[in-house]
Amino acid sequence: MKVHEYQAKALLTEYGITVPPGKVAESAAEARRIASELSGKVIVKAQIYAGGRGKAGGVKIANDRDEAEKLAAGMIDTRLVTGQTSSSGSPVRKVLVEKVMPVSRELYISIVVDNKHRMPVIIASEAGGMDIEQVSRTNPEKILKAYIDPATGFQDFVGRRLAYGMNLSPDQVKAAVRLMANLYRLFEAKDCSLAEINPLVVTAEGGLMALDAKLNFDDSALFRHDDIRQLHDAEQDDPYEAIAHDLGIRNYIKLDGNIGCAVNGAGLAMAVLDMIKLAGGNPANFLDFGTVNNTAVVVNAFKVFNSDPSVKAILVNIFGGISRADIVASGLVEACTKLQVKVPLLVRLAGTNVAEGKQILAGSGVQYIEAADLFDAAQKAVAAAGK
Amino acid sequence: MSILIDENTRLLVQGITGSEGSFHTQRCIEYGTKVVAGMTPGKGGTTAFGVPVFNTVDSAVRETGATASIIFVPPAAAADSILEAAEARLPLVVCITEGIPVLDMVRVHRYLADTPTRLIGPNCPGLISPGKCKAGIMAGDIHLPGSVGVVSRSGTLTYESVSQLTALNIGQSTCVGIGGDPLPGSSFVDILSLFQTDPGTQAVVLIGEIGGTLEQEAARFIKDNVSKPVVAFIAGASAPPGRRMGHAGAIISGSSGRAQDKQAALSEAGAVIVHNPAEIGVTLRKTLGKHLTQ
Repeated sequence: MKVHEYQAKALLTEYGITVPPGKVAESAAEARRIASELSGKVIVKAQIYAGGRGKAGGVKIANDRDEAEKLAAGMIDTRLVTGQTSSSGSPVRKVLVEKVMPVSRELYISIVVDNKHRMPVIIASEAGGMDIEQVSRTNPEKILKAYIDPATGFQDFVGRRLAYGMNLSPDQVKAAVRLMANLYRLFEAKDCSLAEINPLVVTAEGGLMALDAKLNFDDSALFRHDDIRQLHDAEQDDPYEAIAHDLGIRNYIKLDGNIGCAVNGAGLAMAVLDMIKLAGGNPANFLDFGTVNNTAVVVNAFKVFNSDPSVKAILVNIFGGISRADIVASGLVEACTKLQVKVPLLVRLAGTNVAEGKQILAGSGVQYIEAADLFDAAQKAVAAAGK
Repeated sequence: MSILIDENTRLLVQGITGSEGSFHTQRCIEYGTKVVAGMTPGKGGTTAFGVPVFNTVDSAVRETGATASIIFVPPAAAADSILEAAEARLPLVVCITEGIPVLDMVRVHRYLADTPTRLIGPNCPGLISPGKCKAGIMAGDIHLPGSVGVVSRSGTLTYESVSQLTALNIGQSTCVGIGGDPLPGSSFVDILSLFQTDPGTQAVVLIGEIGGTLEQEAARFIKDNVSKPVVAFIAGASAPPGRRMGHAGAIISGSSGRAQDKQAALSEAGAVIVHNPAEIGVTLRKTLGKHLTQ
């Protein structure tokens, strides 16, 4: 789960990490008020989940409160299109107004879990303010890493090694170790999947400050973090994904094709998308039912398909294991009876209770095209969607 | 022959009285698995499906001689269950549970490193040695005893591949689902190394997916250590970057984790790459044929 920059900065503050003075505004008038409180130059930053805001005009500097008001008015209630959003962009409802800080150096700090080492890793660089992947390609020697043993947690010596490696002054080393300890505490306490400060700046007075921050959270751990879950801004989600999530379908991703897909299992669902592409078609979505143990989940998937006008055919591919083909079949019958399904329906059933499932479908009077296997299903779906 | 489980495996079910635990315990027993104990705190002293239930793993192992455990408990309790099984020094622990917090697994892995316990999963279908033992949630009847090892990050895609093999009358030695999490207990390399030394395994089907570098590590291992033919499919060639495709581990982030890179690495290591997932079975047959005539 992602959160907005202003929310991430509030969490950093709570964990003892300094951020620039500033406040979030929901209107131009509010932005003006904040700018006059801060006095001097302010920066106005559109709050969306996607990155690439700077280049897209979502981050601008205002010399005074008049300008801040004008900039905020130009951002709030618009959609911001960046290199990382869809072509329709993301809605901007809030802007963060912050004091512009004089900066002497820009650094980089982040914490993620390193899958290969199966431990959190702190990544630090004195080349902050840039795309870190770019730095790792052009100047790999500027990327420092320290693994954190979960048995000991963060230790100061680890922080010192990174801080000296970034060529900080002795005073700054102390501050940097404290900052890393705090960031790790936050990372662990809130089950982050990413905690990134870029840039972490050395201010004109020599202090350390998080100028920009990104926090992502482990979806699997949200059950124990009500406070984090409440920060979610559903408006930033794709509208069809929001519909799917509201209907309890967690693993749905909107894609740009016209074949609605419903599959059990993420790997098989990916393989079905690959197969549709191989057959010359384009999937409208990724949808993994997970375990189907009731018919409602199937009916709900069809509600999502019905809400999406780009869906011209529906392909249901089920290989029963923990999920049973007969329950899926009953769900399909229920969906076709309760809802108006106006596009061709392709069904491929296999695995646990497949004979019962096929019988239910065949005896139901529901209009569908049966597919023998994976490739047959994909080819028939591509043909049906093309009509 | 087979790897990890066979007719001598004595299985303990952690979470035997839950809905999934009880459903799949019955399927495992029907398949012929020796389920010797169940474990649910508070239900000790009772029986479920003719199997004695214990309050702790420790007592279950002591009294029944269980050699492996399978875990069906909710995500919030799963790390605790894995640790309890490892603390009882069980050699094999299979965790079916999906959605365990990553930082819980970080701590579990740190502990497991100092124990003899091998973990399969989490977020996996388990494993089966056809005709001998099923410690998983896969449908038993799609399998056929034989000599092809299957190792996969995906559950249903494994069923898909196995059914293609069985339809061609190609049996399997052991099918292992290592799971879709970013930090699996056993990697492709761990399982490939077992298949390589198993005299009952002649060839391997490897099913990977986008995200992470497990397939690239497998490729390096295959190049240096695996003489048996490997047929590989990587799911997610058409997946958009930056989106998590269901599995926590399946995400192309930045420039890493793409299907194309994994295919290239495996191909370079000598594996036969399948691009069409409906052709996994026929490709294996063709490869085996070639291998046997050489």
